[in-house]
Amino acid sequence: MKMRTAITETVLDATGLARLVDGAGHGAVVTFVGLVRDHSQGRRVTHLVYEAYEPLALKALDRIVGEATGEWPTVQLGIHHRTGRLEIGEASVAIVAASPHRAEAFAAARYAIERIKQIVPIWKHEYFEGGDTWIEGATADPDNADARARALRIACA
Amino acid sequence: MRVTVRLFARLRDLAGQGEFVRDVPPGATVAGVWRGLVDEFPAFAPYEPSLSCAVNAEYARFKTPVADGDEVAFLPPVSGG
Repeated sequence: MKMRTAITETVLDATGLARLVDGAGHGAVVTFVGLVRDHSQGRRVTHLVYEAYEPLALKALDRIVGEATGEWPTVQLGIHHRTGRLEIGEASVAIVAASPHRAEAFAAARYAIERIKQIVPIWKHEYFEGGDTWIEGATADPDNADARARALRIACA
Repeated sequence: MRVTVRLFARLRDLAGQGEFVRDVPPGATVAGVWRGLVDEFPAFAPYEPSLSCAVNAEYARFKTPVADGDEVAFLPPVSGG
């Protein structure tokens, strides 16, 4: 997949994504991969199904890239998010951040995952031993300055 | 006029469908579309304080006007990542 941001049903390839943001001036690339875990709040998770409002989710990913490169102009960022059924241990999200120096790359990658959890219209349906439930996190509001400031604080901690 | 309603996650489950067309009066806002849905699906009511909405795949507000042919989406709290 050649796009730096994507919502996809296919298996994520963090290494391939990192190649898309590669550059000779880069001294660091930070890769974050979110995985499907076998437990959640005391439940034994069997698998997850992710659903997205794709056109808006893609715009939200692009928005996050824009915000991050506004904060850290030297960073090149790529974000791919998976949808559909995912088994334990599979990657649900891949973020790569490349920059001349490591500090900006770490910060941008952390900022991106915090913002994904705030504003990207994707939902996790958790299947566990004994039942299933929709996970509901943040009320998505890209214009909420407090939420954005919180993500920035976490990124720079 | 007619709008296409899109529902996701638990709202889609509660409605039993994720996409359908509804008639709304001229001059309606997203809030008006939502009120019609709550009449149709009373189980939606508790969701109102935590909802986001979008018109034609752009984030919107409940006060945003809707036009004939618009796609109006209601989004429960998100949980990507």
